[in-house]
Amino acid sequence: MEQQLQQLKEEALQAIASAADVKSLNDVRVKYLGKKGPVTDLLKGMGKLPAEERPKMGALVNEVRGEVTAELESRMAALEEQAVAKKLEAESIDVTLPGTAVKTGNHHPLTRIIEEIEDFFISMGYEVAEGPEVEKDYYNFEALNLPKGHPARDMQDSFYITEDILLRTHTSPVQARTMEVKEGKPFKIICPGKVYRRDNDDATHSHQFTQIEGLVVGENIRMSDLKGTLDRFAKKMFGEDREIRLRPSYFPFTEPSVEMDISCFKCGGSGCNVCKKTGWIEILGAGMVHPNVLRMGGYDPDVHSGFAFGMGPERIAMLKYGIEDIRHFYTDDLRFIGQFRRTEG
Amino acid sequence: MKVSLNWLSDYVDYEGVEPAELAEKITRSGIEVDAVDNRSEGLKNIVVGHVLECSQHPQADKLNICRVDVGEEEPSQIICGAPNVAAGQKVVVARPGARLPGGVKIKKAKLRGEESHGMICSLQELGFDGKVVPKAYASGIYVLPEDARPGEDALGLLGLDDTVLELDLTPNRSDALSMLGVAYETAAILSKDVKLPETAHEEAAEPASGRLNLRVDASEANPLYAAKVVRNVKVGESPEWLKARLMAAGVRPLNNIVDITNYVLMEYGQPLHAFDYDRLATGEIVVRHASDGEVIETLDGTERKLEPHHLVITNGREPVALAGVMGGANSEVHDGTTTVVIEAAYFSPASVRKTSRELGLRSDASTRFEKGVDPNRVAEAGERAAALMADLAGGEVLAGTVLFDELDKEPKRVTVSPDFINERLGMKIPFEEMEEILRRLQFPYEAVNGQFVIDAPTRRVDISIPEDIVEEIARLYGYDEIPATLPVTESIPGGLTPYQAKRRTVRRYLEGAGLYQAITYSLTSESESQKFALETAPVTRLLMPMSEERSTLRQSLLPHLLEAVTYNTARQTNSVALYEVGSVFLGEGEDGLPTEVEHAAGAVTGEWSGGGWQDGQKPVDFYAVKGIVEGLAEELGLSEKLSFRKGEMDGLHPGRTADVLLDGERVGIIGQLHPSEQKARDLKETIVFELNLQQLLREETEALIYTPVPKFPSISRDIALVVPKAVQAAVLENTIRTHAGKTLKDVRIFDVYEGDRMEEGMKSIAFSMTYLDPERTLTDEEVSEAHKRIVSALEAEGAQIRN
Ligand SMILES: [Zn+2]
Repeated sequence: MEQQLQQLKEEALQAIASAADVKSLNDVRVKYLGKKGPVTDLLKGMGKLPAEERPKMGALVNEVRGEVTAELESRMAALEEQAVAKKLEAESIDVTLPGTAVKTGNHHPLTRIIEEIEDFFISMGYEVAEGPEVEKDYYNFEALNLPKGHPARDMQDSFYITEDILLRTHTSPVQARTMEVKEGKPFKIICPGKVYRRDNDDATHSHQFTQIEGLVVGENIRMSDLKGTLDRFAKKMFGEDREIRLRPSYFPFTEPSVEMDISCFKCGGSGCNVCKKTGWIEILGAGMVHPNVLRMGGYDPDVHSGFAFGMGPERIAMLKYGIEDIRHFYTDDLRFIGQFRRTEG
Repeated sequence: MKVSLNWLSDYVDYEGVEPAELAEKITRSGIEVDAVDNRSEGLKNIVVGHVLECSQHPQADKLNICRVDVGEEEPSQIICGAPNVAAGQKVVVARPGARLPGGVKIKKAKLRGEESHGMICSLQELGFDGKVVPKAYASGIYVLPEDARPGEDALGLLGLDDTVLELDLTPNRSDALSMLGVAYETAAILSKDVKLPETAHEEAAEPASGRLNLRVDASEANPLYAAKVVRNVKVGESPEWLKARLMAAGVRPLNNIVDITNYVLMEYGQPLHAFDYDRLATGEIVVRHASDGEVIETLDGTERKLEPHHLVITNGREPVALAGVMGGANSEVHDGTTTVVIEAAYFSPASVRKTSRELGLRSDASTRFEKGVDPNRVAEAGERAAALMADLAGGEVLAGTVLFDELDKEPKRVTVSPDFINERLGMKIPFEEMEEILRRLQFPYEAVNGQFVIDAPTRRVDISIPEDIVEEIARLYGYDEIPATLPVTESIPGGLTPYQAKRRTVRRYLEGAGLYQAITYSLTSESESQKFALETAPVTRLLMPMSEERSTLRQSLLPHLLEAVTYNTARQTNSVALYEVGSVFLGEGEDGLPTEVEHAAGAVTGEWSGGGWQDGQKPVDFYAVKGIVEGLAEELGLSEKLSFRKGEMDGLHPGRTADVLLDGERVGIIGQLHPSEQKARDLKETIVFELNLQQLLREETEALIYTPVPKFPSISRDIALVVPKAVQAAVLENTIRTHAGKTLKDVRIFDVYEGDRMEEGMKSIAFSMTYLDPERTLTDEEVSEAHKRIVSALEAEGAQIRN
């Protein structure tokens, strides 16, 4: 019987080894270990053995069954692994084919610039103020110290609708309107928006363009505050190692008036084609709010002072991105707009 | 303003400062120097020549063979094509090896068989602008005065050994429209003195008042009129130095009398005029306003019709000059003039501006009067011109000045404390430094009780308030010295308003949905301005448009947006999805201003699927764009309030247009372009939408509070209906919602079929309903009950139920 058992084991192990897949291996299990299989038969037949041999024989049968079962399981695991591998193999794809496109659009470059500027000033405690694009002469000029007949009105030829109403030539009327609304309280605002001037459209002129201006009014606002604010702005917008310099200039609504240059971000100041060999690039105009403007806005220039600054997002975008023609901003060519998607820095 | 540094050195000593350095200093302290033009740069080997003989070239009619003494032992043979070349002239010769502007090199050459050793030059060939070259030499060579020595360097004679600074003046600094003004500025920067021009001259015994009567009938427009009379002048060419300076300043020399008035204009910034005394004919000058329709022929040969507010100089009978703008042809100085009246006057800026604008006539004189000339230098400029006429034209200046003077010449007094200056700047400039700057500026001041009491010089019309002094101190002390600080104010949190924040959400959403942001022009043609408008109002039209195409403000964003779409498709970008957020302008709102309403619009054409290798080609359709609008409503929390109905609009497909309603009010439109519109714009199927953003964003959205995730399962039931094609899905859905009871959670359309398998004129539409009770598990019976109600309600409305 022992010999019979040994032979059975050899047979079973042989059958396990030659089973090629999970199904045939299951057949092997049923055949040898099933209820009607030879091992069960052997166990049933043990009753015929003498009592003293039974334990030894039982142990032997269990041993064989254990060995066969272990072999079965290990073979089963191997076969399953093989089956999975085969399936995976069959399922493999060409990973170099392009992914399914997520179709999204993106911002216009001017919006990108304007939001960047807005967000910087919001972080400095500014509110965003807006106003109408069609304005009264009063807010566009007179409230800004540009009475009728002022020579500086020459500088900005305008689109009039009536003698008294025009398309705003700058976003400054929003400053005048804000002062009226704030009724003598201190404030910090940034005013982005579209403006219009009587210019023929060419590479450097556009009859419609955008502007963003800032205004801070309060007690004891100083020119040094303007300089510090602009310095931070320049570093945020054009890089931490930018220097700024102020040059005297003239705007009717500020006194003193300055223009701000930044050290060239392309050459760092040694001179190149971007900065026209000067090392400096003109970015914006600024100044201390003219007392007449404060007065007309309902602020007492003996108590309050303020600073203002203004810049052109088109110019900044052209400098930053190396755009050569202002008309690109208004033709809305997707081959142009589509380039302003990715993050920087 | 062009500033010759040679000329400037008459008034201020800038020795030791290189032109480029001087330009930089001037720029940094207030006046932008646009260009530094070294006029002799690149010029070499250009000398005076004496034309000894001049004969016609045997082979060429238009060429002359000249023998020219250029200061060497042997004369040179030079071929010259200029019509005005002649023996005896002193000329400018570019010798072989010479360099001319633009890198031109002069070499020995053979012209039609004759050798030419150099070139006789015109002023243009030497780099002069044709506009400043004296007319006599405009189309030929330049002829030097007889005393020029052959072989001498010609650059000095022509004033080319000079550097010219081009100043870009801001409108407030009209004082720098004169050499003296620039001299004061330079002196302040370099801490130097200013040397004034010589005005002293001899006087004849005869008084000017004996020859000339003066009456001013318009003292407000002309508060000061000073006339000098100079007799026995000899009109002729000006000396070389004067012509050179005028040309450097951009003025064309004419004759010595006119040149002197222009020279003094440039020197003092005070426009002068010279009349021929005999042509005046009456010995009288009357300044008055023109009579209506009165006519004057100005020096440029144009007849100008005048109006009563134009100020004229007359001889008592008829106008002889347009005051402050231009002289009259009838009293012009000419070659035979012997007696000259010099006019030095103050004309009010407003009067001159008005006249010059209305007549479209701007001159060096009018630009200066418009800005206001220095009241204290008017008469002095007249004296200076008289002195120069005595000196350069052999004239005898009659005694005295014929004068009308009611002009206020008082300087403006400005009182400002050093503390105020420092507070405004955020600096601590010592008192003494401020005093030093005021001295350099030549601003007379007194220190009274620690305050500066300053009498601002009348040449500086821009100085009138304390802030002006703050600027003067700051710019000369140096803006680099200002520290960088931040404002110390009440801390107010910054940020976007809810509207602004939501507008950013809208943009982000539309971009996420695949649309690119466009920015188009607000101005369009009047005929396009109301196309696709959600709401029309009177148009807002410009008074003086530059073109009809940009004459009127838009009332819809779509026309320009569609133009942008066409622009792209015409450039092989076949799939275009654009949106714009911008204002439309509805005429005649509050205060006479149009009402500006912010809209969001979009236009989509071409493929809408991913367009990759996996997807089929699926062109955009109405529903794709409607989905974008619905998604936007969801983003804004407005899904419940938004609905759609069949809409209508010119230019849109009548069967494929929907009105967008917010709480039942029309706030937008979605539609496919009408086929004829598509054809006209050269577009394939294009779907557009436009929404009144202001109305959408005005809605305050409710605070977001979470609903518990259901603990109990939901149950779904589907139903398929057959209905006539015209029955709208929204009507069926509404019936379902009305009859389902309150456990209905959601209704979804999952299939619509209108194909061949349907009876003619019918369609099949399938809904899936989801039922849920958050409190308990629903029973099948309850749901079947609800479903039965729905079925009978739908059947009652004529729908057939399919199984
Ligand atoms: Zn550079």
